[in-house]
Amino acid sequence: MATVTLNNIRKNYGSLEVVKGVDLEIRDREFIVLVGPSGCGKTTLLRMIAGLETITSGDLAIDGKRVNDVQPDERGLAMVFQSYALYPHMSVADNMGFALRMAGVPKAERQSKVRDAARILQLEPYLDRRPGQLSGGQRQRVAIGRAIVRNPKVFLFDEPLSNLDAALRMQMRIELARLHHELDATMIYVTHDQVEAMTLADRIVVVNGGRIEQVGAPMEIYANPVSTFVAGFIGAPKMNLLAGKLQCTSDAAQAILEDGSAVTLPTRPGLANGDAITIGIRPEALRVTADGSLAGRVTVVEHLGGETLTHIELASGQLATVKTDERAPAKVGQTVRLGVDPRRLHLFGPDGRAVSRRSEALQPG
Amino acid sequence: MQRNASTDSIGPMISTRPLLAPSVILLLIWMIVPLALTLWFSMQRYSLLDASAGGFVGFRNYVFLFTDPNLFNALANTIFLVAGVLVASVVIGLACAVALDQQFPGRGIARLLCIAPFFVMPTVSALIWKNLLMHPVNGLFAYISRTLGLPVVDWFAQWPLFSVGVIVAWQWIPFATLILLTSLQSLDRDQVEAARMDGAKGLRLFRFITLPHLARSITIVVMIETIFLLSVFAEIFVTTAGGPGNASTTLPFLIYKVALLDYNVGWASAGGVIAIILANIVAYFLVRTISHNLDR
Ligand SMILES: Nc1ncnc2c1ncn2[C@@H]1O[C@H](COP(=O)(O)OP(=O)(O)O)[C@@H](O)[C@H]1O
Ligand SMILES: [Mg+2]
Repeated sequence: MATVTLNNIRKNYGSLEVVKGVDLEIRDREFIVLVGPSGCGKTTLLRMIAGLETITSGDLAIDGKRVNDVQPDERGLAMVFQSYALYPHMSVADNMGFALRMAGVPKAERQSKVRDAARILQLEPYLDRRPGQLSGGQRQRVAIGRAIVRNPKVFLFDEPLSNLDAALRMQMRIELARLHHELDATMIYVTHDQVEAMTLADRIVVVNGGRIEQVGAPMEIYANPVSTFVAGFIGAPKMNLLAGKLQCTSDAAQAILEDGSAVTLPTRPGLANGDAITIGIRPEALRVTADGSLAGRVTVVEHLGGETLTHIELASGQLATVKTDERAPAKVGQTVRLGVDPRRLHLFGPDGRAVSRRSEALQPG
Repeated sequence: MQRNASTDSIGPMISTRPLLAPSVILLLIWMIVPLALTLWFSMQRYSLLDASAGGFVGFRNYVFLFTDPNLFNALANTIFLVAGVLVASVVIGLACAVALDQQFPGRGIARLLCIAPFFVMPTVSALIWKNLLMHPVNGLFAYISRTLGLPVVDWFAQWPLFSVGVIVAWQWIPFATLILLTSLQSLDRDQVEAARMDGAKGLRLFRFITLPHLARSITIVVMIETIFLLSVFAEIFVTTAGGPGNASTTLPFLIYKVALLDYNVGWASAGGVIAIILANIVAYFLVRTISHNLDR
């Protein structure tokens, strides 16, 4: 059992508030991913959970016990640092066994635990080497091994893959998913990469400016982003976000975009006529059709093999991306019309928050 | 044959050796001439007091030196002095560096004061210690002893070599502090935090993480200090003049005494050659340990 509970956690550096009241309930054996842009306070949050940073206010509980004032090594956590933070003067085996040595575990037991972890991570041939003699991916595995050996209740990862090249990152991502399955431990993982978040997480926590923006399963967040921030952050390529004004008639609602084109909305949102709204369309929900409501010129076509991205400059100057399978729907320079499936349309109000799709409220006046 | 300028680097076309030659030749002359002269003089009968004496004597100067108990006394004193000052400056320098690495009010001034002795000239600092601190009548230490009712120590008479060592150490501790402090500051913060999460705190953190990180800088401190400590002279000259008797005569001071007090250039040169050999033996071991330490 290992749950982690954050209750109105705040962090100030002097007068600068970096984490602005975070509430989060992390369940046992959950793989939770904190995702957000650089500088939003993810690392600070993780370091507060680890005990490396004091908590300015709020309560942190592990397994229901308040641990705000418990030393880092007594919280039963293990952390994998972005820089790996291996001890350069120790062999791989000594690196991995260091925590056990500090805890006074006898040598024989220590060695067997190190060997077990090395087997899981395929590090056995490298146990006698120094970290300096390993490749980036191997160092990463040693850092993970150092965490595994301690058999912690909770694993903390701070952007563990950001120093690896693309191919290795993908491989390690799969390995981490396997590891979570094998170890059956609670994992808290920090990243700015939404692909890692989508692929690894049981639940994603989207952080923005020191606050939690949205918590939910990856597909749930993908399908129902609560704000333009989440909508733009989760999903690759980015969701198309087009600003416009709401125009309601008695029987229909339309978004009038900057270039004057009208997009029919599926429902009548509970907003006033003329309110500034943003419509969001996933690139895969946008189609090139002759009778589309939007018009624009194709500027770039990117062939990614299995899929093709067509970037279109709308008449208003806004950019939109269309994702299709192998074949490009149009050539560069061509003028095309874009159609939107109203059911796959996201609608955000003047404050950038999502307008509930089921909201059928009649507008006043 | 025409070379294609765009594909070939210009490196092989120009011989760079002649360009290096002036400095290399200058340094070579700078080193070779005194060495050759010393070797030459060490095999001559050459006394400034006796113009009639002269001529080649082979290794007789060396034989004379090696049968002189003064040489071994001087060698032992040199080794004690160098080793003692090395240990003191590394241990105390380490303590100072750790202290100065902490956050406390007035840290900038404390750092400056701690480094300051390094910039005081050896003669000046020796005079300060001799007349203001260790003087049996006027010195601060004597005053403190008297105030406490303890017997007054005449430092340079009773503990001559130790007293010289204290002065030299006082000058070299700042150097060790400076090097070790910079090294401490380059210790990866993540590494320390990882160790904290692994349960290493206080002394154990120091023993398992900080000290291994400092190993390299400690080696460098030891190497550089050894080079300078082997030739300590001014501090001895100003305070004890090698005495009482020969109690604080080191190898460089012995050479000085023989050459400039006895005016025997032949013996002094032989002593110089022994000093060179000694320095090379030390250098050999140092370079070996260092290349081992730096080779990580
Ligand atoms: N020790 C510190 N002192 C002052 N400000 C800090 C400190 N550490 C981080 N910050 C600030 O807190 C904010 C969040 O930092 P961080 O948690 O590292 O962001 P992230 O990991 O999401 O990129 C940043 O704006 C950063 O400048
Ligand atoms: Mg970070």
